[in-house]
Amino acid sequence: MGQYLVRRLLIAIPSLLGISIVLFAVLALAPGDPFEELATNPAIPPEVRAALRTKFGLDDPVPVRYVRWLAAMAQGDWGFSFVSRMNVDTLILQRLPTTLFVIGASQVLALLIAIPVGVYAATRPYSLFDQLANTLAFIGFSLPTFFTGLLLILVFSIYLDWLPFIYRTDISATGWRWYWEHLRQALMPIAVLGLFQAASVTRYVRASVLDVIRLDYVTTARAKGLGERVVITKHVVRNALIPVVTLVALQMPAIFGGAIVTEQIFRIPGIGSLLISSILANDTPVVMAVTFILACLVVLFNLIADIVYGWLDPRITYR
Amino acid sequence: MVGSIPASLTAEAVAARRRRARTFSPWLEAWRRFRRHPLAVVSGAILLAIVLAILLGPWLWGHPINAIDFTARLQSPSWQHPLGTDDLGQDLLARLLYGGRISLAVGLAAMVVAILFGTIIGAVAGISRGWVGSALMWLADLFLSLPQLPLLLLVIYLFRDSLKNAFGPEGGVFILIVIVIGGLRWMPVARLVRAQFLSLREKEFVEAARALGASRTRLVIRHILPNALGPVIVAGTIDVAAAIIAESTLSFLGLGFPPDIPTWGRVLFDAKDYLDIAPHWALFPGAAIFLTVLSINFIGDGLRDALDPRKVM
Repeated sequence: MGQYLVRRLLIAIPSLLGISIVLFAVLALAPGDPFEELATNPAIPPEVRAALRTKFGLDDPVPVRYVRWLAAMAQGDWGFSFVSRMNVDTLILQRLPTTLFVIGASQVLALLIAIPVGVYAATRPYSLFDQLANTLAFIGFSLPTFFTGLLLILVFSIYLDWLPFIYRTDISATGWRWYWEHLRQALMPIAVLGLFQAASVTRYVRASVLDVIRLDYVTTARAKGLGERVVITKHVVRNALIPVVTLVALQMPAIFGGAIVTEQIFRIPGIGSLLISSILANDTPVVMAVTFILACLVVLFNLIADIVYGWLDPRITYR
Repeated sequence: MVGSIPASLTAEAVAARRRRARTFSPWLEAWRRFRRHPLAVVSGAILLAIVLAILLGPWLWGHPINAIDFTARLQSPSWQHPLGTDDLGQDLLARLLYGGRISLAVGLAAMVVAILFGTIIGAVAGISRGWVGSALMWLADLFLSLPQLPLLLLVIYLFRDSLKNAFGPEGGVFILIVIVIGGLRWMPVARLVRAQFLSLREKEFVEAARALGASRTRLVIRHILPNALGPVIVAGTIDVAAAIIAESTLSFLGLGFPPDIPTWGRVLFDAKDYLDIAPHWALFPGAAIFLTVLSINFIGDGLRDALDPRKVM
């Protein structure tokens, strides 16, 4: 297991480097100058701009700039946001917990829906329930998150007036009331992301259970007289869920995409909405840092999935 | 799911004989199998209707897309405006019909880019032995772990202005969106093509062609590629849907096409602040995106069954 862990960690490093190269290449290829804003500002003379360019090393060759940028990123020196007037790392650390909370909760919701539905559908393939679940899953991942979000706002905030549709961090209530208010405002974003995720995970679970349920050891378990419930929960599901871990991790980039949209709809102060507002405000350091953070999170979750995979299925670690 | 349908030998033999009695055209066979999937056939009809509507609609429905009429602001559907109007009194039906052209064109063009990249890279990786293949697949894995939407936003943020200057506001954004969406979706296609190539290149018919002295290019283009196309077609169908969603998402975030081009996502973006007084404004474009994507996905599902010769039907 230890060796496997080390190997996985070593594999993650080149992909992180690769991602950083792609991001930096995009930035370096882009026309325009990060200090263009300053050029139009009459209060800043051209000499200051030239000095700033030399200070930030913008005239150096690209590989040198890449190494310097990477070193700065690795040390947590992500630059200064010109719009928010604060360091980028403080800004991102303020926003990150909200995003992780919404994503985490929606993942839990997705698994809570997908696993029972997928397993039940797979134990009765081509039954009415299976076909219904399959069709609903298709509908679920064909509905874009921005449309589901608007639909939920329309129904639950405007017609029924049950839930607030703007996410607030400054809730003044205390104690239980505070938790209640938080839950209420987080309900719709979590539902939007969770249902979207649940739709695709359900299909994975179903396919995976169908693969396992035909194996000989399941027949053996039945033959020795175990009840159907025990066979399914103890023998089939535990093995069927192993590949699902990887598939959920592979979905991570899509989940972050969905989170950006959801945060924008419900005005959640997470890093997704920070990304959009920074793009609209031309705040390049924040845009670069947020993109890099999201990429790192994807690699991190893939790594976690690999490790969990090795723990669930010990055969993998010996390969 | 091959084994999940209990098919007795005799039933299969009868079916096979009946098949032999008819025709051998693989496309006719695929169509016959496609018809077994009722939802896919219905989806095909719906998609055909949508495509016809957006191709012919702007001629039949004479309303201009940008005629501003302040006396008819935010009207609900009526005979004069079947889908209602927006905050400037512009006719929504006309705007949606026009915007649909853009959305579908982006979807199709991005799919072509993705398939082209994916097939070329997958074919090279599949036919070459040694480090080239593994390097290309490492690249594909790397791209798969990139967060697509943030990267899409980043590229559009950085390159939008210069392309706008080079190709005009519409052309520049169109090219950028198509290339970026297509360029971020080639990986699944490349992996599919490579997997197909790895198994096909060891098959006897390829061996025979090689023994007859066919060059490597001829082997790939005439013998291996046509046999690898089934999964690629399915992936291409799904890619159209994904590209339409990606374009709508960008437009919905206000970072896609300029405001005067009413793509479906853009109309939704404009409509989202009027949900309480004019819900129809958001519902119709959303429903259009949803219906298009859903029917394309169902068609993909039908094609998956139809183009897989090993699947028992």
